[in-house]
Amino acid sequence: MAEAVVAVTKHGLLLLLGLLLSSQAIAAVLPDNRVDLMQHSYQGGGVSIDGPALMLRTKIGQQVSVSGFYYVDTVSGASIDVVATASAYSETRIESRLGLDYLTGNSILSFNYAQSDEDDYNAKSLSLGIAHDTFGGMTTLSLNAAIGDDDIGRNGDEGFSEQLRRYSYSLGITQVLTKRWISALNAEVDMEQGFLNNPYRSVRYRDPLADLGYGYQFEVYPNTRNSFALGLVNKFYLPYRAALTASLRHYQDSWDIRAFDAELEYVHPWGERWVFDSHIRWYQQGQASFYADLFDFASQQNFMARDKELSDFTNLNIGLGASYRFSSWSWWPAAKPELNLEWDHIRFDYNNFRNVTVAGAEAGNEPLYQLTANVYRVFFSVYF
Amino acid sequence: MKMILKRCCAIKLLLALLLLTSVAGCASIEPWVKPYERAELADPIMAFGRHPVALQHSAHVRDSREAAKGADGSGGGGCGCN
Repeated sequence: MAEAVVAVTKHGLLLLLGLLLSSQAIAAVLPDNRVDLMQHSYQGGGVSIDGPALMLRTKIGQQVSVSGFYYVDTVSGASIDVVATASAYSETRIESRLGLDYLTGNSILSFNYAQSDEDDYNAKSLSLGIAHDTFGGMTTLSLNAAIGDDDIGRNGDEGFSEQLRRYSYSLGITQVLTKRWISALNAEVDMEQGFLNNPYRSVRYRDPLADLGYGYQFEVYPNTRNSFALGLVNKFYLPYRAALTASLRHYQDSWDIRAFDAELEYVHPWGERWVFDSHIRWYQQGQASFYADLFDFASQQNFMARDKELSDFTNLNIGLGASYRFSSWSWWPAAKPELNLEWDHIRFDYNNFRNVTVAGAEAGNEPLYQLTANVYRVFFSVYF
Repeated sequence: MKMILKRCCAIKLLLALLLLTSVAGCASIEPWVKPYERAELADPIMAFGRHPVALQHSAHVRDSREAAKGADGSGGGGCGCN
């Protein structure tokens, strides 16, 4: 089935590629040169994740733009899953990306390579994309294909070694609708095959002989997952100098998860130097068909999960941001330096994931779990 | 049976007519927002993903905690503003 989908998708991609390359020409533009140095932080649910990031993008001649991205996550603390079944830990993840954009007439061809390394997880992915301006520059069609390979280990278990293969295809159309309204519709199909579990997480099942009334066993997931997502973004330039963005997205996958999210963002410049940003986002998802907070007995089903990311939950995110543009430097007049601060507050409400760390509660009647998280980003950008 | 066939043929004819009229319609459509009218769309505050470095982090925070992924943001390109 997955092979058939891949074959159909490949033919579709070739056809679309042909259509894209045969359209009428209006020049596309390469992204601007910029460098960003960021410090990020996530604090929530007993976990702290922070680290630096560096991104550089620069043109080489008139037709080529190259980009590099280096990102570090240092994780410490203990989430509720870890508190329930293991001990607190710390680890570091390093992600690096290299990209090349090639401008040819009205099209931009993009090549990207990404790599993520942890003690127990190594991921590599390669992607190829094309974005094509047409219809007097009012329409941009884009097409992306990516392939990824992951190697998964388990700390403390040298014999554990698993693989995961990922395929991703996306198609988008960005359309100027009026002098002040632009819209983007994107569709993405993802296919994953291999080890999809978190190798440390467990499910719990009723066990009358256990002290707590339940025991734990490792999760068992299917080894394929196919998903489809459709997103619509509308951007409006308001009658005064400000921008409003409304985004909607639907997601569904072969594990019976259905999700929907909606976001509203307002960007408001203030004077010559300040830009303020605020946004609100609501997200909702249903649970996977093989998810349960508490199974009736051990090995009850062939597939079993208690990963809260696969459970039924909602989250609400509010965020604020501010940018300040400094005066140009005398030693580099072409550069425009800018300082940015961003803060997000996210509240997660789980509808079928119980807080087992509450003492004295009867198995299956513990309070539902909730968490709040604060996310900070401070970054210094130079446009040149 | 004949009635069903006739109905099928009629539907096919109707679809063909619709397709032809829509293609003919498309041929006459001209870009209605001229390049010189796109100054406001070209304002940096209207950019998809104004700060790519922040966007990468934000997407990573969400993808790690939510089952949904993909099809967010623009599919590349921009507003066609030169």
